[in-house]
Amino acid sequence: MSTPTAADERLARFAVSPARRRKDAIARRTILGATIVALIPLVLIIYYLLSKGLGAWNANFFTTDPTGNTFFKNSSIGGIKSAILGTIEMVALASAIAVPIGVGVAVWLVEYGKTGWFAQAVRFFVDVLTGVPSIVFGLFIFIVLVVGTGSSFAGYKGSLALSLLMLPVVIRSAEVILLLVPAGLRESALALGAPRWKVIFSIVLPTALPGMVTGVLLAVARAAGETAPLLFTAASTKKTSFNLGGFMNSLPVQIYGDVTSPTTAVVNRAWGAALTLVTLILLLNLIARLISRRSRLA
Amino acid sequence: MEAASLPGGDRALLARSPLARLPDRVLKYGLTLLAGLILALIVYFFVRLVGQARPAFAKSGVLGFAFDNNWNPSAEHFGALPLVLGTLITSALALAIGVPVAVAAAIYATELCPIRLRTPLTVLVELLAAVPSVVYGLWGIFFLAPKLQGTEQWIADRLSFVPFIGGGLVTIPNYFITGLILAIMILPIVSAISREVMSTVPLDHKEAALGLGATRWEMIRIAVVPYCRSGIVGGAMLGLGRAIGETIAVTILIGDAPKLGSHLFGQGYSLAAVVANEFGEAQGVHRSALFAAGLVLFVLTLLVNGLARWLVVRSARGTPQASAHNPSGGAALVADTTLGA
Repeated sequence: MSTPTAADERLARFAVSPARRRKDAIARRTILGATIVALIPLVLIIYYLLSKGLGAWNANFFTTDPTGNTFFKNSSIGGIKSAILGTIEMVALASAIAVPIGVGVAVWLVEYGKTGWFAQAVRFFVDVLTGVPSIVFGLFIFIVLVVGTGSSFAGYKGSLALSLLMLPVVIRSAEVILLLVPAGLRESALALGAPRWKVIFSIVLPTALPGMVTGVLLAVARAAGETAPLLFTAASTKKTSFNLGGFMNSLPVQIYGDVTSPTTAVVNRAWGAALTLVTLILLLNLIARLISRRSRLA
Repeated sequence: MEAASLPGGDRALLARSPLARLPDRVLKYGLTLLAGLILALIVYFFVRLVGQARPAFAKSGVLGFAFDNNWNPSAEHFGALPLVLGTLITSALALAIGVPVAVAAAIYATELCPIRLRTPLTVLVELLAAVPSVVYGLWGIFFLAPKLQGTEQWIADRLSFVPFIGGGLVTIPNYFITGLILAIMILPIVSAISREVMSTVPLDHKEAALGLGATRWEMIRIAVVPYCRSGIVGGAMLGLGRAIGETIAVTILIGDAPKLGSHLFGQGYSLAAVVANEFGEAQGVHRSALFAAGLVLFVLTLLVNGLARWLVVRSARGTPQASAHNPSGGAALVADTTLGA
């Protein structure tokens, strides 16, 4: 550096003053700090899930039912077989209900309803559904299917509550993907004389399929982790059941029941079940991400 | 398809037979019916819920139910004030803690961070949304609450002169811990919406600010934040809706006390928690009162979410000039539904 020239002095008048520079640095560091704070819970949760959950995993953990026995030695409390199977069965049925209906409504919104008043009303109500607390869905199903029919809890009632929860996610994500299908594809098919239904089934839906799978998987992941709608629609039993007309156990309900136990072994089972549930949900998310990356539309 | 008539030909030759047109009609009206059914379903549920809640409202009136500070099922006395206030206190705490952190993370991801870090950072924050509620509850009650008890007691002792915050004995389940866990739970959605809205800020605005000599922070303050304000507020409101409706984590962490807690670090109750906790054994008026609590919760989330959607859509649409940059309009709403796993 040489001695300051007249040009340098003129430039210096445009330089950012130290006070403003200090403010900028402080603000940037604060924002970076807050971002790190946002990531701390994730690290802690994953760490604790792994360290506590892996300890609970053993050979019998996935192959035995919980016994409900909390007074004797560790081995007699059982594993979480019925909970895993119950979650898979109920979420499968919920998807079988929510996916066709959700995709149907999305197709209607994109192909027929468009921006008419009725379509806007449907969109508004779907958004309303997104915001409804999951426990209120449980209450809805309880009123209609438990009080309404005078019968008791059942797996399929839990599935219906979960499907209500999945529906808005499926509709909204499918709608976004369907909107991305190029208009040119539809118009070419129509110009070749294909009827509307054929255009939808053989052009629009196949093109949109990979993207819609992503939305469906995210909805499934959301439903799999829900406890509240199952508490008084499907719970609770400890036995493995393949009958969706009877009581059904599930991972979230099993964890919720175990959290309040005073016995350490039972709480450990809750950690093991939690690790299982989170692994399941993360896998679904991962698959969804991979598919959406390969999709040509999204 | 009503095309113009063919030159010199008979248009009827090209028309589809009525039988061939049938599947089109069936599909169109079938799908319309399906969409209409969703509307009908929601209205039907709402009416049934009101019907079930009526006995509780009849007993003490709607206002008497909502503003009576005593929830005592064994004495058949049902006042929902401790529940409503518990829900509001914990949700307000969640907003106060969660929103600044979420917005900062969004600013960092969109404006400050190296471009290579942007996607991993976004994915990591979104991972928080993949953890189920019951797992947050489990982690909160066995790890976070015991770890923070000492700090909470220290704060409570130092601030003993502030009403409702200090002075009392800190219990493991309490309002503050519940609010903290809720803050973590709403972080991903508030952050996702903020990021979505910030990405709609026209590059011209940012470049103009930088061109006038603004520092990065000044650019964020004068070009980015004012442009996104209503979108960020909308995202925060959606987070509030989540926090109000959150059930299982709150049930595990709030302590299930039937009266309004005497201080921030004491046990309380919330609308969602009372339903989850007591519904299994409830009969008669008690069950009806729980339906009423569910109804209050439903209406509360409806109001908050309605307002939130309106703000986000208004912000995403922006000024006419902005919509040229952002033709997709409701992109922020999409972020909500697809990321809220």
